[in-house]
Amino acid sequence: MNLTCPMPKLDFDVITLGHGSGGILTNKLLNAGVFDLLKNPFLDTHHDGAILELTGKTAFTTDSYVISPVFFPGGNIGELAVNGTVNDLAMCGAVPKYLSLSFILEEGLTMTEFWDVLVSIKTAADRAGVQIVTGDTKVVERGKGDKIFINTAGVGTVHPKADISVGRIQPGDKLIVSGNIATHGMAIMSVREGLEFETTLQSDTAPLNHTVRALLDEFGPAIHLLRDPTRGGVATVLNEIARDKNSPVRIGINLKQSELPILEEVFGACELLGLDPLYVANEGVFLAIVAADVADRFVGMLQTLDYGESAAIIGEITIEHPGQVVLTSRIGGRRVVSMLVGEQLPRIC
Amino acid sequence: MKHLTEYRDPEQVDHYVQELHRTVTKPWTVMEVCGGQTHSLVKNGILNLLPDAIRMVHGPGCPVCVTPVHLIDKAVYLAEEKGVMLCSFGDMIRVPGSKKSLLEAKASGADVRILYSPLEAVRLARENPDRDVVFFAVGFETTAPANALSVVHAQQLGLKNYSILASHVLVPPAMEAVMNDPDTNIQGFLAAGHVCTIMGISEYAPLVERYKLPIVVTGFEPVDLLHGILMTVRQLERGEYKLENQYTRVVRPEGNPDAQQVINQVFTVVDREWRGIGNIPQSGWEVRPELADFDANRKFSVQIEKVPECADCIAGLVLKGIKKPFECSQFGTNCNPERPLGAPMVSSEGACAAYYHFAAVDLVHA
Repeated sequence: MNLTCPMPKLDFDVITLGHGSGGILTNKLLNAGVFDLLKNPFLDTHHDGAILELTGKTAFTTDSYVISPVFFPGGNIGELAVNGTVNDLAMCGAVPKYLSLSFILEEGLTMTEFWDVLVSIKTAADRAGVQIVTGDTKVVERGKGDKIFINTAGVGTVHPKADISVGRIQPGDKLIVSGNIATHGMAIMSVREGLEFETTLQSDTAPLNHTVRALLDEFGPAIHLLRDPTRGGVATVLNEIARDKNSPVRIGINLKQSELPILEEVFGACELLGLDPLYVANEGVFLAIVAADVADRFVGMLQTLDYGESAAIIGEITIEHPGQVVLTSRIGGRRVVSMLVGEQLPRIC
Repeated sequence: MKHLTEYRDPEQVDHYVQELHRTVTKPWTVMEVCGGQTHSLVKNGILNLLPDAIRMVHGPGCPVCVTPVHLIDKAVYLAEEKGVMLCSFGDMIRVPGSKKSLLEAKASGADVRILYSPLEAVRLARENPDRDVVFFAVGFETTAPANALSVVHAQQLGLKNYSILASHVLVPPAMEAVMNDPDTNIQGFLAAGHVCTIMGISEYAPLVERYKLPIVVTGFEPVDLLHGILMTVRQLERGEYKLENQYTRVVRPEGNPDAQQVINQVFTVVDREWRGIGNIPQSGWEVRPELADFDANRKFSVQIEKVPECADCIAGLVLKGIKKPFECSQFGTNCNPERPLGAPMVSSEGACAAYYHFAAVDLVHA
C-alpha cells in the first residue's frame, strides 16, 4: 500500500521558523509538494477554507496527535492523524468524507521526515477514502514542540441505518471487541527512550470505516454503541460507558478476561513491564455494544472483514452493578476494573 | 509464556481452592508480605475464591509505599534545585511528596526520567558527563542487586557524576515489627518469593522459632498464591510451625550468592524509617561510607524537613495487617490514588490502592 513518491527537489532540507511565516518559504513548502501530493479540487482552489456540500445528518470531530516517537514500528504520526479522525467519525456511525489537516512543526524537523509523514497521510487518506480539503502549517522554535504535532478534524455523513448512542444500550446487550487489544500502545512503548525492548510488534493503526460501514449496512440499529478504545484503553472506555449519565437505564458491564483477544507477544510485554493491557492504547480496534440476538452473527461477519479477524464477544451489559465494570478473571475470580488515575507507569517489581 | 499460563491455569486454581475448602476447619489470619502478592491476590480476584474462614491481611511489602515523604522531597529538591537528571522506576514518580511529586516536578521543567534499570542511568551518566545523574534506588532486597551493580559499574567506569538516592528496606525486620505489635493477630506468613530468590530462606527460620508460626515462601501467580496459602493453612490446622518453600522453581535455599556479594560490596545495614510504620531498627541498606561519592545522600548535603503523617490515616494499622483498607473512614472518600493520605494508597501495590482499583464489589462493601 505504500506510495512511492519521491521528495521534490528543494533548496532547504530542514524546517525553519520562516516556513510557518506565511511568506515565500511557506509557499515554497506548500507548492513544492504538499498541494501536489494531497491534490483534490478543494485544495486546488488555494482558498482560506473548503466549501463542502453535505446532505442529511453530519458527524463532525477533531483530534490532535502528539505522539512520541513520531516514527514508530508499524507507522508514523501522519497515518495515525488520518486514521484516528476517520475512526472517530466511523464510531459515530458516519461515513467519513473530508478532513482538515494542521501541522505544528518544530524548527529543525528535516524535510525528509516531513515528507515521509506527508506521504503516509496521503496513503492513509486514500485507503480510508477521504479527502484532505483544508489545512494549515505553523512552525515553533526548536524546543517548543516535539518534531511535529498534527491536528485533524473531519466530517462525514451519518449512515442512514445508524442509530448510535449510549442511551440505546440495553441490559443483556453483548460487548464485542474487533481485534487484539493493546498492540499499538506496546509497540510505541517498545521504542520509548529508557524502556526499549526487542520486539517485532507493530502498531495496528488502521482505518475502520469500511468495516464499520459494512456492519451498519447489515445490522443497522441493532448496533447500539461503537467506541474506539484509544487513549486509556478498553478499561477507560468501558468505565466511561458505565458511568455515562445520558443512559436512561443505569448499567454495568461484565467483562471476561479469558475472552479478551491479545497477541501473546503483547501479553508478555505487558507482564514484563507490569502494565495492564486493559489500559494500554489501541488504534485499529473498536468496541461494539450490540443487541444480544445479533451478537454471534455480528462477530461472525466482523471476522471476515478487514481488521476484524480476531473479533470476539468479551462481555455483556448488566443492571447488577450499575456504574461499574466487573471483570471475571481467567481463574474465575471477580474484581472491579476501575478508571486509571493518570498515565499507567511501569512498576518496580 | 508457558509458565504464565501454567500458573494461571483455572483447573489448578480450582484444585487448590477445593483443597482449601476441605482443609480449613476454623478461622485463620494469614499475611502476605509482598505488595506484588497483594496486587496479584486482588487483581485476579483470588480473595473471593477463598473460604470465608481464611482472612488474608496485607503486609508492608510495597517499597514505593513505605518510602518516607522526606526522601521524595529530597528527590524533588535534587531535580529542581540542584539540576540533576533524576532517574526513577515508574511507579515512584507519581507519589506525592509534601509539596509535589516527581511527576509534577517533571511537568515544571525538572529533568526526571523513568527507567527500567539503574544500569540505564549509568549509561546516561556516561553520555552526559556535564550532568549529575541520580538514580532513586527504592526497593526491597529484590531490586538491591541491580542498584548495587550500578554503583559498581559507575566506579569501574570512573564516573564522578553518578550517585544513587538509596531507600532500601528489608523484609525480615518488617515482619518482626509486625509481630512485635501487641495488636497483631497474624497466625501465618506468606514470605515474598522474589526477595528470597536473592537472599535465600534461612533468615526466616529464626522468625518461625521465635513467633511459633508457619512461614511459607510463596510466588506471585494465582496457582502459587493458592498453593502457598494451602501449605500455610495445612500447618495451622495441624498445629505445626515450619519454614516451607512453595516457590522452589525459583527460590534456592541459599538464594543468589553473587547478588548477595554485590549487595554487601555496596550497601551496609542501617536503621530505616518506614512511611506509615516509623523507625525499624536494622531494616534498611545505605551506601557504604567508603563509596560516599556514589551516595546522593552524602554527595548533596541537604536538610529536608520531616513532615508528620496525616492524623486521619491508619496506614500503620493497615501495613501491619491489623485493619483492612475499607475499615478506614477515609478510604475512597478523602483518600484515593489521586490524593493519597498515606502509604498504602500511593502505589498500586499498596493494600489500599489495590482495593481501591481492583477489589471485588462485595469485598469493598463487606
